[in-house]
Amino acid sequence: MKKSLFLLVVVAALLAWLALRRPSAPRAGGVGELRPAPDFSLTDLAGRKLRLSDYRGQVVLLDFWASWCDPCKREIPHFVEMQNRYGPQGLQVVGISMDDDEKLAREFQEQFKMNYPVAMGSAQLANQYGGILGLPITYLIDRQGRIAAWHVGATEAEVFEAEIRKLLASTPVP
Amino acid sequence: MRSLHRFLSLVALALIGTCVLRARAADFSLPTLTPEELVKALQAPKGPKPLLFQVGSHMLYVQAHIPGSEYLGAGSTEVGIRNLRQRAQRLPKNAAIVLYCGCCPWSHCPNLNPAYDALRQMGFTKVKVLYLANNFGADWVDKGYPLAKGE
Repeated sequence: MKKSLFLLVVVAALLAWLALRRPSAPRAGGVGELRPAPDFSLTDLAGRKLRLSDYRGQVVLLDFWASWCDPCKREIPHFVEMQNRYGPQGLQVVGISMDDDEKLAREFQEQFKMNYPVAMGSAQLANQYGGILGLPITYLIDRQGRIAAWHVGATEAEVFEAEIRKLLASTPVP
Repeated sequence: MRSLHRFLSLVALALIGTCVLRARAADFSLPTLTPEELVKALQAPKGPKPLLFQVGSHMLYVQAHIPGSEYLGAGSTEVGIRNLRQRAQRLPKNAAIVLYCGCCPWSHCPNLNPAYDALRQMGFTKVKVLYLANNFGADWVDKGYPLAKGE
């Protein structure tokens, strides 16, 4: 009797786990695509020119975010930290706000002390990247300007760090 | 052996408890319909079609939205709720309305709850929320459901 109850509990737990696993996301990201990152030229929130190709030779973490996006709020403090830690080795974090209202992006940038360039995104830019139809979406771009990995939804800082370290270890563009 | 059973039972119970809590966090207590159900309703040859209101970001709407849906502003903002109230003002209280967003994973969406509450407070009785587990891209666009672009 006890044995069958035990088995029942274990089976119920397994079924519950299977039923409630994180839903699979076709846009969950990937690694190793190595396609050229679409270039763009914008003006950042500080009024400076922000052109992706200017960072050729560096590793770029390109983050599409918005002020109302909870998972973005969890990730961005890590990006600030990574910019501090890996910036001297060649990492450049770039933020693209998908807010409809620039004021909200500015307030967020100040509140979260974002230490990297942030510009307002657009539907056109989003289309260049295959559509930013959910946030956050983060691309890791290698020193040759190619998309080496991308992530949809909140991603653990350790995952980014491992990928960044690997990309930083590659030979800088002469 | 008995202690192993006891340990495994505890682990299993903890797993069930976690799953129950996660399920609660995700369901929002809102009446939902799935993308499949909505597509079926929209493509049905007969019967009234629900009104579709996008209550997420405009940037998302411009890139891709459900054909026939109206952008009313983010439900988490005053402007969005004001637009929604104005749009709903002249509708009969039994109008079938479907709200959707898809800005971020279901349990993190800041827009759906306030928009749903606003309509319920106005007395609407047939309001449902489109369940998009991950986001609009993964759960609508990538599934090949009908799509429109632009303003």
